[in-house]
Amino acid sequence: MIKQIALAALLAVGMTGIALAADAPTDPQIAHIAYTAGVIDINAAQQAIAKSKNADVIAFAQEMARDHAAVNDQALALVKKLGVTPEDNPVSQSLTKSATEELAKLDKLDGAAYDKAYIDNEVAYHKAVDAALADTLIPSAQNADLKALLQTGLTLFTEHEHHAEMVAGTLK
Amino acid sequence: MRIWQSLALGLALSAAMAGAMPGLAAAAQYTVVLDKMKFGPVPANLHVGDVIVWQNNDLFRHTATARDKSFDVDLPAHGQGTLTLTVAGTIPFFCKFHPGMTGQLVVSP
Repeated sequence: MIKQIALAALLAVGMTGIALAADAPTDPQIAHIAYTAGVIDINAAQQAIAKSKNADVIAFAQEMARDHAAVNDQALALVKKLGVTPEDNPVSQSLTKSATEELAKLDKLDGAAYDKAYIDNEVAYHKAVDAALADTLIPSAQNADLKALLQTGLTLFTEHEHHAEMVAGTLK
Repeated sequence: MRIWQSLALGLALSAAMAGAMPGLAAAAQYTVVLDKMKFGPVPANLHVGDVIVWQNNDLFRHTATARDKSFDVDLPAHGQGTLTLTVAGTIPFFCKFHPGMTGQLVVSP
């Protein structure tokens, strides 16, 4: 039984690796992934603005909502200019599914426990998105304007990660 | 007599101009550009009374905020803010929203 599970896990890991190696995301998919990642953080920020009573946490959430909306507006303007239609894909779907679960989990918390869970998740989320941008999305992007926007996104989100870490430090 | 009067008037005018001139000559306006999540070069030889216009070319709202809290200028996306230097010293500053964005003003009296 354990052997079977281990084999299934190995296969799953191996297949994911192959799938990723064989199919680098296309520009329409990259645009969709980046936009989805922004929407996810805006939703989390809106929840924080509604739930938190901590001024630093609320200010951070307002910044996330504002900055990610600015990048997404720019992304929409760019795909329109390029005549590209963002294309839904398994990575976007998986991001959205995890984020919906995380929002439900956070919704059950209140006060200091909520603040800490939200900010800790922001640190982890920005780290994951930054890694995806640096390792997969930016190298795979073909269009120079899209690549440049993703690079701006990476600089911005790295700053968000540092800011989230600073806020996390004040919550301990 | 007339000569003395002229001289006196001349001296008085010079004194008035000399009094006014240093202030006018010293006050200068500089622009610091924020672009791609960075503060651009900060001018050298800043003096109390000089004005800094912070020009934010980014998509994102920033601030120019002194570490010692002596100033805090809000900079809307694609907007600008103005700071008149009122104290001398070395003043590190940063963006409250993106703390990796930093710089330093060195202000002479």
